[in-house]
Amino acid sequence: MKDWIKELESPAERKWEEFYRNRHQHDKRVRTTHGVNCTGSCSWEVYVKDGIVTWELQATDYPLLEEGLPPYEPRGCQRGISYSWYLYSPIRVKYPFARGALVDLWREAKKQHADPVEAWAAIQSDPEKRRRYQQARGKGGFRRITWEEALEIVAASTVHTIKKYGPDRVVGFSPIPAMSQVSYAAGSRFLSHLGGTILSFYDWYCDLPPASPEIFGEQTDVNESADWYNSRFIAVMGSNLNMTRTPDTHFISEVRHAGAKLTVFSPDFSQVAKYADWWVPTNPGQDGAFWMAVDHVLLKEYYADRETPEFNHYLKTYSDAPFLVEVRDGRPYRYLRAAELEGYADVEHNEWKLLVWDRERGPSMPQGSIGYRWAEKEKGKWNLEMKDGKTGAPIEPELSFLERHDEVQQLAFDDFAGERTLQRGVPVRHVQTRRGRVTVATVFDLLMAQFGVGRGLPGEYPEGYDDPQPYTPAWQEAYTGIHRDTVLRFARAWAENGLKTGGKNLIIIGAGVNHWYHNNLMYRAGIVGLMLTGAVGKNGGGLAHYVGQEKVANQASWGSIAFALDWGMPPRHQNTPSFHYVHTDQWRYERGSKDYDKTPGANEHHTIDHQIRAVKRGWLPFFPQFNRNSLELAREAEAAGARSEAEIVGYVVEKLKKGELKFAVEDPDAPENWPRVWFIWRGNAIGTSMKGHEFMLRHYLGTHSNAVAQEWAKDEVHEVAFREPAPEGKFDLVVDLNFRMDTSALYSDLVLPAASWYEKHDLNTTDMHTFVNPMQPAVPPVWESKPDWEIYSLFAKKVAELARTHLPEPVKDVVMLPLQHDTPDELAQTEVRDWWKGEVEAVPGKTMPKFRVVERRYTEIYERMASLGPALEKNGVAAHGLKIPVAEEYRALKEHQPRKSEVLGGVFPALEDGRQVAEAILRLDPVTNGEVAYRAFLEEEKKTGLKLADLGEKNRSVRITFDAIVAQPRRQLTTPTWSAILNDGRAYSPFTLNVERLVPWRTLTGRMHFYLDHEGYLAWGEHLPTYKPRPDVTMLLETEVTEKEAKGRLMNYITPHGKWSIHSTYSENHRMMTLSRGGYPIWLNDKDAAELGIRDNDWVELYNDNGVFVQRAITSARIPRGTVFVYHATERTVGIPKSPLRKKRAGMNNSITRARLKPVLMNGGYAQFTYFFNYWGPTGVNRDTWVFVRRVDRPEY
Amino acid sequence: MNVRTHMSMLFHLDKCIGCHTCSVACKNLWTDREGTEYMWWNNVETRPGTGYPTGWEDQQFYQGGWRYDGRGGLSLRLHNKTQGLTRLFFNPALPDLKDYYEPFTFRYGDLFTAPEGDDQPTARPVSMITGEPMEIETGPNWDDDLSGSDVYARNDPSLEGLSEQVRAQLEEIEGVVFNYLPRICNHCLNPACVAACPSGAIYKRGEDGVVLVNENKCKAWRMCVAACPYKKVYYNWSTGKSEKCILCFPRLETGQAPACAHSCVGRIRYMGVLLYDADRIPEAAMVDDHDLVETQLEAILDPFDPEVIAAAKKNGVTDDWIKAAQDSPVYKFVKEWRLALPLHPEFRTMAMMFYIPPLSPVMSVVEDRALNLALDTSGPEFELFADLTKARLPVRYLANLFSAGNEGIIEGVLKRLLAVRIFKRAESVDGGLNDATRAALDEVGLTPETAEAIYRLTTQPTLDERFVIPPYHREASIEAWNDPLERKGQEGFGYIQPPVRGE
Repeated sequence: MKDWIKELESPAERKWEEFYRNRHQHDKRVRTTHGVNCTGSCSWEVYVKDGIVTWELQATDYPLLEEGLPPYEPRGCQRGISYSWYLYSPIRVKYPFARGALVDLWREAKKQHADPVEAWAAIQSDPEKRRRYQQARGKGGFRRITWEEALEIVAASTVHTIKKYGPDRVVGFSPIPAMSQVSYAAGSRFLSHLGGTILSFYDWYCDLPPASPEIFGEQTDVNESADWYNSRFIAVMGSNLNMTRTPDTHFISEVRHAGAKLTVFSPDFSQVAKYADWWVPTNPGQDGAFWMAVDHVLLKEYYADRETPEFNHYLKTYSDAPFLVEVRDGRPYRYLRAAELEGYADVEHNEWKLLVWDRERGPSMPQGSIGYRWAEKEKGKWNLEMKDGKTGAPIEPELSFLERHDEVQQLAFDDFAGERTLQRGVPVRHVQTRRGRVTVATVFDLLMAQFGVGRGLPGEYPEGYDDPQPYTPAWQEAYTGIHRDTVLRFARAWAENGLKTGGKNLIIIGAGVNHWYHNNLMYRAGIVGLMLTGAVGKNGGGLAHYVGQEKVANQASWGSIAFALDWGMPPRHQNTPSFHYVHTDQWRYERGSKDYDKTPGANEHHTIDHQIRAVKRGWLPFFPQFNRNSLELAREAEAAGARSEAEIVGYVVEKLKKGELKFAVEDPDAPENWPRVWFIWRGNAIGTSMKGHEFMLRHYLGTHSNAVAQEWAKDEVHEVAFREPAPEGKFDLVVDLNFRMDTSALYSDLVLPAASWYEKHDLNTTDMHTFVNPMQPAVPPVWESKPDWEIYSLFAKKVAELARTHLPEPVKDVVMLPLQHDTPDELAQTEVRDWWKGEVEAVPGKTMPKFRVVERRYTEIYERMASLGPALEKNGVAAHGLKIPVAEEYRALKEHQPRKSEVLGGVFPALEDGRQVAEAILRLDPVTNGEVAYRAFLEEEKKTGLKLADLGEKNRSVRITFDAIVAQPRRQLTTPTWSAILNDGRAYSPFTLNVERLVPWRTLTGRMHFYLDHEGYLAWGEHLPTYKPRPDVTMLLETEVTEKEAKGRLMNYITPHGKWSIHSTYSENHRMMTLSRGGYPIWLNDKDAAELGIRDNDWVELYNDNGVFVQRAITSARIPRGTVFVYHATERTVGIPKSPLRKKRAGMNNSITRARLKPVLMNGGYAQFTYFFNYWGPTGVNRDTWVFVRRVDRPEY
Repeated sequence: MNVRTHMSMLFHLDKCIGCHTCSVACKNLWTDREGTEYMWWNNVETRPGTGYPTGWEDQQFYQGGWRYDGRGGLSLRLHNKTQGLTRLFFNPALPDLKDYYEPFTFRYGDLFTAPEGDDQPTARPVSMITGEPMEIETGPNWDDDLSGSDVYARNDPSLEGLSEQVRAQLEEIEGVVFNYLPRICNHCLNPACVAACPSGAIYKRGEDGVVLVNENKCKAWRMCVAACPYKKVYYNWSTGKSEKCILCFPRLETGQAPACAHSCVGRIRYMGVLLYDADRIPEAAMVDDHDLVETQLEAILDPFDPEVIAAAKKNGVTDDWIKAAQDSPVYKFVKEWRLALPLHPEFRTMAMMFYIPPLSPVMSVVEDRALNLALDTSGPEFELFADLTKARLPVRYLANLFSAGNEGIIEGVLKRLLAVRIFKRAESVDGGLNDATRAALDEVGLTPETAEAIYRLTTQPTLDERFVIPPYHREASIEAWNDPLERKGQEGFGYIQPPVRGE
């Protein structure tokens, strides 16, 4: 050996090595996780030394799934492992803080008024005082206060608002319960008892894929990431797995080595593109066009040119393809109903049972339609067995009338991109109905015509793949920028893979697609490609939508606790996109969807008018509900002689019919209709997620704003009261519970220190894996912070205390509810008729919203919060329309954690702290209690008439307790509250229960839908999968003012998920700031940048009428030309300079966006188009945004 | 034969997510204190790119590693012994702050304390060195995810030898690409840092090959910083000592993988024992560039060979370490399957961390103003197997990184990776091997059994299969200077004080 290789084995000299050994020693390791808004649900071990959290590393003890699947360990990413920095960081909220101007006013008012509620009223009744602290919002001046003072302000403002305006003016926002279920439930349970309004998140974040309820009748149901490994062809679209599913990505890299092909669709060379075999850089927002052409090829080559028995069988069994659609006025119209046929005239719910064409007998009524689901007489036929629901005869449905038809009719198909209508021949048959002869086609034949597969039929069909007519490979080139040969190559490989593997074709899809205005159409185009290759409901196949889709696995039990259903009260659930669109007055700054959404006929109405009608028809919720206090209204009804709930409701309906009572949504700018008190917890409602952030600053908070947009709505609206000027500063009080000073905290009136994820008990689940993970304290809550459950308990105690003076007696509250998904309300409306126009009788729960009368006991609010209520013992838990009895579990829980309440007069299971709540959730839910799961299957057997309980038999004795999940991650059980069979280590793949056991989807036909026959869909031209062009800058009216001062280029602004944060969390974390560029960079194509005179790391200003954003640039050829990227959810707290253009502090990523609602998604009261919280409704799209881009000199701070 | 044991890490770059979880794990454990702010013992680079510190591979500039004169002479590029003495106080090859970065933070506290004003307060960026407001100009991962950049990617020293046409394509949509390169100390067999240290403070541990800077002996000469061609020794400005990746030896000694490997959520890292012949080091480092990989692999010994086992035992290697060497996943990838390579073998330090080069997507071409995959439509399932020139990551580039320019070695690795994929696809989709599949395996010299073994270790390994950590027998090591029973009562009370500047 040469002497330069020194080895030292002198033991004494190596004693120094303990320098590092000592650092590595620690006192304790604690299993917990991060309750951040991601879908990781990673099990972590937190290392504690000297009572200080020093670092964290991943736990690695996940049980293995079935043989041949890679292990899940380790889970946890760069963000999660940076968390320990936050605990003791200078951005940590250690004490309660309040806006100084408000504190002064409050203390002054308290000197005048001993009663806190009166003190609050005094401030609110003085416009000057209100203005004083509202205009100070976000401008510094925080003051540390005591918990006692903070609680008094919270309770006083809450009680004042309930008394003066009604409880629905108290609103709360907290996103994604799954990440910390107990903490979410703390606030939602408090608000539910109060009668407050709970704002949705999944739709507002634009994470809800409306195509899923459209096609599957399901909010979202996806493959756990281990199931990717079962796939053999994966198409990743608009989903940057490395960034957003970091702990799952290894399954992608690994399955390639198992022989899977991987195609990545992404306009930029993204992090996930590096794994691809084929990277297909479709133009931004054009994935739909690509898939329309793929579907064209699939239909042509696997259905028209030849018959593929496997695919045909799949379509007949699991899709609506064989169902009969009436043809009317030269267009496809509605499904033909069994009620129309003499033979089925006596069948229950025959308006809701649809027909197929049996080869021998003609029109026949198979089981499984929604009419069977809500059967009262004929139960047990809600299943996918292809037999006649009346006679029991087996049905052999015809997919197509091509071979045998009565005639070929030329029908109209809309080409929205070409702005024309195409006449294409469709084979039809005639059916004799009770109203005469009717012409019908199968959905399958309509699909062929829509996609332009001619099969020799006459009409405007393309001549071949090279004919650029809808929807050929040549047609899509103009939109996607991708060559037709690539489409062909892809489509054939896709089909062959599906055929050879029995449907192991997987689409992984995300926000890159879902955030566009027409996301539902893009998704549908892709899902069609899955259905045509038999891929949905197969392990390794189907649609894996990954955008904020965190799953509360224990939904059934958790929902009861979170929304106080255990006390028998319906919560006020509000769809947030509508709420913010209306209340932040963003509707005033546009002319409505007609500017940017194309429909076959005229679309004359402003979005706000559609919104108002949707509320009045019972399609969507809206709070505040009336222009009156709902408590007063009940009091008034009783004074007028109403005795029962029905009579009070009758009184209210009469008032509405006479116009003596108005819906608040009809006049949202009237002071009596403003929301007043806003609780924000676990989320960044003012910052990150607020599309139209600058409008919110103006109209909600009454503070500074960088919006310069003009108002456009005045002469365009019909049903809304247009008040001038628009009000500023609607909210009296904004309260934020937080562990860090984020943008929401910075703009709130009260900032309360919340215990973080290493300091409390909670539960955490996801749909990326099937384990249940705990949170538990590694150290006690630091400084003066408290767990959310404790904070809301303190709120409840203080409200109860003030209620003894102000609301001492039980009061009645009239609660308005929309027609509800997974209830018989799904059968409410076969047609759209307006009661206020006299087109139909006003019938609550049928033609208009439902009303319930609830008794509120504000003095008992804490007692009820802390006690699991008796309604649960009686009613059981429920999910997806399935009620599951849990009386035994309720009683066992009462033994295990009893709570005696003098006030309530009895003993109840205790919910006094987070640990107890977690235990209750686990005990009462089928995914963690095998006996409950077994009973759930017995209930499902009754509904379907299928044998299912065998799926639960093996696990009947399993009880997953909190101690069990602390010891090791534990896997969820198979239950009918979800759609996959998990037994024996099978990976979760959605709808395997449907495909293998013939349980229907929760849709109109009980099958997956190609066709959507609601009147609203026909009017919107979205009855068939289609392509609509992207809204273009000229349609959006958000650059009209800035255009005049513009010095820069107009570019499309895209905000994908970032690498150095989970939404805004971690983004200002020192570790992440250091590993990125110490800011929130603006990504530009290198050539675009050069043309704009922008070099890497130059300061750049992005601006439009909505607001302004200033950050430093990164230039790269990996970004497509004409597009500017900013990784979304930036904070405006850290390192934000002033805008050279507007002279004020520049904003955040949503300063330059705004919310635009798609009216077709407001449809309701009809099968799968029936409202449910976070499940259905318009979404908060934000991709279709245009900004001016210009270089600026180094700006000022 | 002088058999020694080495703990080596292997990085499967085809699986790397580029998430930097490893970097943060390391920072949390080891370099989260004054003087270490800018140290990233583990970092992850986007390639093509310039890395950290900027352009570290450019030895014309940094003067790291060894120079071979082609005639049996190997010398430090930095200086020879005499020059070393004369340059003690003048070391022009040291990276300075602009090559690293000025550590920054923000005045977060201002968000709480700002008085009410007429605009929103913000937390300004400030220097962690001066505490003064600063503009952030660079950072430890500045060119993250930044392919196709004319400022960074284009200046990657490893693009040397690529044609102008290929280089230009890397800046266009048809060819743009990137991959990731995680880096820790290579714990080299022929470490330049050890050779360059005037104080004799750096040593390579006999039992596992870990290279350490003795914090008590270091005298702040910083020759190690300059001599390391990987720039993985850092100078702690607070203690006045150099520090570097310690391969988490306190974790290894207790049977745990290093924190970076443990936390690797891409599951790309493997850890295991290699046996090597220390006598072969000089000759292995003194061959032509083209042969460097081969000679290094020859120095790595077969743990199943009875002669090797006998020689190992003679050198005091215990049975359980020999067993660990036989179970070592690193041995399989590096030696048995020839899939893993050292980083920049031309630096001639004989890096003992190994990398499996990554696959990349097929290139595109513009036809009729539409983008088309550059495919021969009649080709096999994974087209690159037939034509590696269509891979977005140029073979030449990977050869510059991992085989001192030897493209044949890279082609062999990539084709073996692809052949395993072809094999597994045939098996799981087509119902078994067909002639084309067999031909693909034959072409790269793999049997179905070997392909299956590669597949399994690539995709399925559990924690214990990824990290085969031998028993360290600390009691036996401690016994050399203390009675283990006594030590039991003394553990943690400490023998040393933390390093002190100037001592």
